[in-house]
Amino acid sequence: MTDPLFWHRLQFGFTVAYHYLFPQLTMGLALLIVYWKGMGLKTGRAVYDDTARFWIKIFGLNFALGVVTGVPMEFQFGTNWAAFSHYSGGVIGQTLAMEGIFAFFLESSFLALLVFGERRLGRVLHFAAAVALFVGSWLSGYFIIATNAFMQNPVGHRLAADGTLEIASLVAFVLNPWAIAQYLHNQIAAVVTGSFVVAAVGAYWRLRGEHVEVARVSLATGVVAGLVASLLVAFPTGHNQGRMVAAHQPVTLAAMEGHFHGGARAPLAMIGQPNVAERKLDNPVQLPALLSWIAYGDFSADVRGLTDFDESLWPTNIELLYYAFHIMVGLGTIFIAVMGVAALQLARRKLETSRWLLWILLLAFPFPYIANTAGWLTAELGRQPWLIHGLFRTAQGASPTVHGGTTLFTTLGFAGIYLVLGLVFVWLVLREVAHGPQPLPAGRPDAPDARALSGNPS
Amino acid sequence: MIELWFAFAAVMVAVYVVLDGFDFGAGALHLTVAKSDTERRQVLAAIGPFWDGNEVWLLAAGGVLFLAFPKVLAAGLSGFYLAIFLLLWVLILRGVSIELRSHVADPMWRSFWDAGFAVASTLAPVLLGAALGNVLRGVPVGAEGWFALPLFASVRPSGALGVLDWYTVLIGLVALAALLHHGALFLAWKTDGPVHARSRAWASRLFPATAVLWIAATAATAEVAPRTFEGVAGKPLVWAASLLLVAGLGTSFGARRLGRDRTAFLGSAAFLLGTLAAIAASVYPTWLASTIDPAYSLTAPNSAASPASLRAGLYWWPFGLLLALAYLALLLHLHRGKAKAAAEGEGY
Repeated sequence: MTDPLFWHRLQFGFTVAYHYLFPQLTMGLALLIVYWKGMGLKTGRAVYDDTARFWIKIFGLNFALGVVTGVPMEFQFGTNWAAFSHYSGGVIGQTLAMEGIFAFFLESSFLALLVFGERRLGRVLHFAAAVALFVGSWLSGYFIIATNAFMQNPVGHRLAADGTLEIASLVAFVLNPWAIAQYLHNQIAAVVTGSFVVAAVGAYWRLRGEHVEVARVSLATGVVAGLVASLLVAFPTGHNQGRMVAAHQPVTLAAMEGHFHGGARAPLAMIGQPNVAERKLDNPVQLPALLSWIAYGDFSADVRGLTDFDESLWPTNIELLYYAFHIMVGLGTIFIAVMGVAALQLARRKLETSRWLLWILLLAFPFPYIANTAGWLTAELGRQPWLIHGLFRTAQGASPTVHGGTTLFTTLGFAGIYLVLGLVFVWLVLREVAHGPQPLPAGRPDAPDARALSGNPS
Repeated sequence: MIELWFAFAAVMVAVYVVLDGFDFGAGALHLTVAKSDTERRQVLAAIGPFWDGNEVWLLAAGGVLFLAFPKVLAAGLSGFYLAIFLLLWVLILRGVSIELRSHVADPMWRSFWDAGFAVASTLAPVLLGAALGNVLRGVPVGAEGWFALPLFASVRPSGALGVLDWYTVLIGLVALAALLHHGALFLAWKTDGPVHARSRAWASRLFPATAVLWIAATAATAEVAPRTFEGVAGKPLVWAASLLLVAGLGTSFGARRLGRDRTAFLGSAAFLLGTLAAIAASVYPTWLASTIDPAYSLTAPNSAASPASLRAGLYWWPFGLLLALAYLALLLHLHRGKAKAAAEGEGY
């Protein structure tokens, strides 16, 4: 525990997992907000703008938390992973700098216009602001995924004279096939989170008989987008991501599946506990030959097991990797079922009267967050023991002059700050949900509100 | 090409200081220049649409370092480890204070975030200034190109070094004075009524403080880091930048007296740009001077990414920079004129 590497990894893992609770919602919501603003423009019905207005508020809160928790991530590359940054900056510096200059400027310039500019901008320009935020946040996602994809499957680079990495082909690096597969999977997963949250709030209002119109639009959008996204996140995007892992990280695939001994017609583990010491899966419930088909499209394909690889190449936390992957896949399957039933009831016009189903939709919203987090745990634990797969080990990457005590200090600092921020955030969101959608306030834009605390010195 | 990327990095940092500098100045002063909730919202209306975009210039500056001088980013951020985290936490406090305040119309809620906004906006310039002081003073870069600095070791900027000593604190205080002055001029430009009058009064108080501290800091730099001034006679860029900073400072004073608030603010911006440009031009090509052995110093040539990577960046970076400037111009245009306190739910 005095090993600084442990604390560096814990800090990065904690801060990035916490950070990503916010962007997964904003990226998903951004798409739905564009849809509502677009429908408002097209149909002229006020309910779409009312729905968008409420969700833009939630978007703004999430975005703010995403920004303040995201800024440290950019710096932690240098503070905590200095050796890695030095080694790879000539390559990943490109995408990280692209994110700042192409995505962050776009998002930050138009955020206030989206959140506060509905009356000033008018319908068309407000729709344009929504599109700008959608494009900015999805671009940002791409640059981060492209950076991560290089760590998973390095391409477009070569070794420079000084022993660090340099760009050999910018196009090959930015359009890494791994990045494209992972991006599609990740973005659709963000839409799953957005849809479930929207559906949950719609269900909550419907159960209470409040804000009926906006509840109806939120429910319908959430359920339809939720079903489409839940299907797409599994097939083809999740499936393609699995193929990618099978092709480029076969030892990771074996660990994810708790597949210790290789062979043809490899079974897919549904449930079971990896027993690494005895090299077996305890209490397995398996589907025969399915892993062979998923990995290679052939039921009789040979899938190598962990024991086919040198132990120095094994992921360092096989148990957690296995559970993270299975939690993600298991939840993903449940999402299809929940949204499938909800969409069926919606089509039969019975969703709003199916109280049991509304309760399920309400209570389901935390699970996409868990699935997204588990998915990222799978990607990042699966990459171990490498920081850049096949090139650079995690053990080589930490800052040489930062010791464990310092890193624990800052980790505890983040834990405290993020706990307080999280409590304030949840309170504010619950307050907005209780408050419900609001009409566009009447009156001159610059008139001080009568309810305001004007003249009250504090 | 290395010179070009050094210049890009310097430009990003300088623009960051000019832009986020007025946010910090306004935030640090807002408790005194804005007394009522409406006045506070007037201040927030002036900086609200800009602060997030302004902070991105810091991230983009980091991006340039990562892309073009990865060794400087790696050694600098890990060497100043704790100081960097203090800055990050201060920036978190600043951001949430601005963004969360308007969500609840309750006096205690708003007082709390106003205080957070003021504290964070006061600390950030001191930390950024101290960082600049460390770069000027030099840090104990070793043979491998790494260093580690405690937050403080002794008050003297020699021997056992820390991030904070009398010299770096002095630079932090100059930065604070200059950015308070800058923020006061920004608010004088963008507000009217009592906030405008109080901002102008603060600007006139802060001008002498800025000028005196600036001169003291320059003299201290000549004492602590004489290499900063070595050979400046032969560096025309230093002279041009010095001219800009003097003209800018003069303009910030003269134009304010004449009641030309926007010109005064632009003068202050020119003063900050000129100061940072003069520093960049005089220390070039050194990024981080080693106090152990000048041969260990991290310089632009010995810490740059390979030519292939630098060239790859040139294909897209200037295009991105133009886009960023276009967004800024659009925002300035949309928010031209005096900022008005927004109605509840319609703004910060």
